[in-house]
Amino acid sequence: MEKKIRVLVAKPGLDGHDRGAKVVARALRDAGMEVIYTGLRQTPAMIAEAALQEDVDVVGLSILSGAHMALVPRIIEALTERGIEDVPLFVGGIIPPDDVAPLKALGVQEVFGPGTESETVVAFIRRAVGAA
Amino acid sequence: MSLVQAALAGDRRALARVLSAVENGTEEGRAALATLFPKTGRAHVVGVTGSPGAGKSTLVGRLAAEIRERGQPLAIVAVDPTSPYSGGALLGDRLRMRELATDPGIFIRSMASRGHPGGVAHATHDVVSVLDAAGFPVVIVETVGAGQAQVDVARLAHTVVLVEAPGMGDDVQALKAGLMEIADILVVNKADKPEARQTVRALQRVHQGVTSRGHHGPGAALPDEETVAGWEVPILETSAVENQGIAALVEAIEAHREYLRASGQWNNLVRRHIRAEIEAWLWRDLLALLEARVGAAGLDAAIDAVLSREKDPASVAGALLARVLQEAEP
Repeated sequence: MEKKIRVLVAKPGLDGHDRGAKVVARALRDAGMEVIYTGLRQTPAMIAEAALQEDVDVVGLSILSGAHMALVPRIIEALTERGIEDVPLFVGGIIPPDDVAPLKALGVQEVFGPGTESETVVAFIRRAVGAA
Repeated sequence: MSLVQAALAGDRRALARVLSAVENGTEEGRAALATLFPKTGRAHVVGVTGSPGAGKSTLVGRLAAEIRERGQPLAIVAVDPTSPYSGGALLGDRLRMRELATDPGIFIRSMASRGHPGGVAHATHDVVSVLDAAGFPVVIVETVGAGQAQVDVARLAHTVVLVEAPGMGDDVQALKAGLMEIADILVVNKADKPEARQTVRALQRVHQGVTSRGHHGPGAALPDEETVAGWEVPILETSAVENQGIAALVEAIEAHREYLRASGQWNNLVRRHIRAEIEAWLWRDLLALLEARVGAAGLDAAIDAVLSREKDPASVAGALLARVLQEAEP
């Protein structure tokens, strides 16, 4: 059996806008990936625990609340506590350009803004897991 | 320490990785299964099935919380369908199990069906075996939203819970063969809806005095029919959203386990599970052999022979099998 790419799509923080996350989840599904979708208002511990139990290849975070500079370090910390900080992480949502470099310095591999084509995200994931 | 040893020693990441290897059917996965198999056979495997939207995931979440409340660790394997077009899948069962997400006594694994039609994936049995060996005393398997004929969960679960939502059809539906027959416990979920009573009554009319022998099957008779009573399928009402009726469901599941143990049915059931699993591996290996020895071109030629009405499908299959077996010999 061929290896499927498994992706966790999670929505940390308190805002209730999950349309973007669902669009991405669907696009990845249509690209042949197995997407574990955990829904709204996930705490860093919930996200890290899901990433661990599901043995995902990539973690995608959707953040539109503006709290990314607070949330991302806590999520990376939760991943590190579980020894899975090596899993590639990407962030999608509304991220001011000035925050992209600091996020990447924290360990985020890629940041996708509004209007990103789903092919771009798919290609990034394939690259990140070494399947392209 | 090997990955398998680490998984058995309680390393959750190692466990997750062994599950992936087993799910992907890699050489490493097969070797892992062989290593840990002697440690299996202890868990109570509970299948939860029913139509899409009946509330299985929410119910499984509540059920797991109640079992945890009583002090037992448990694992959940939640299966969702793979797209036949893209091969991808959206695995959304965790969404309804929020409160379990960070409980160290719970391990949740989502699985895509990967083309297997029976309501579970073909590696679900193997994934359950790994969790069993890792020491989880209860493993809940949630099937894809199942229709009438997706009964494979009965080949790996000791206790099958069938979840119905109110308004699913009249009592003739309940008489049809298939899913209804494999249920050890019937649950009418969404009991907060006014139509729920009607559904319960329809099920009661059909199920009065029925004992669940369907998946225990013919030839699995009780060792002593005189002294051991059969299992009468209980019909329970729950409202997963309002957390009603969950304790009674846990008690029914435990009562069924006790019944299987006390009646000797447990061993019969497990024998049948093992037989089904050996057959499944044989199929897999035979298909792999067909692929290797006959190949796509050989198969295409066979299809052409049937297409031109030169040969019938059964004769073609017989010839292919003969080729596989002949060329398999040293």
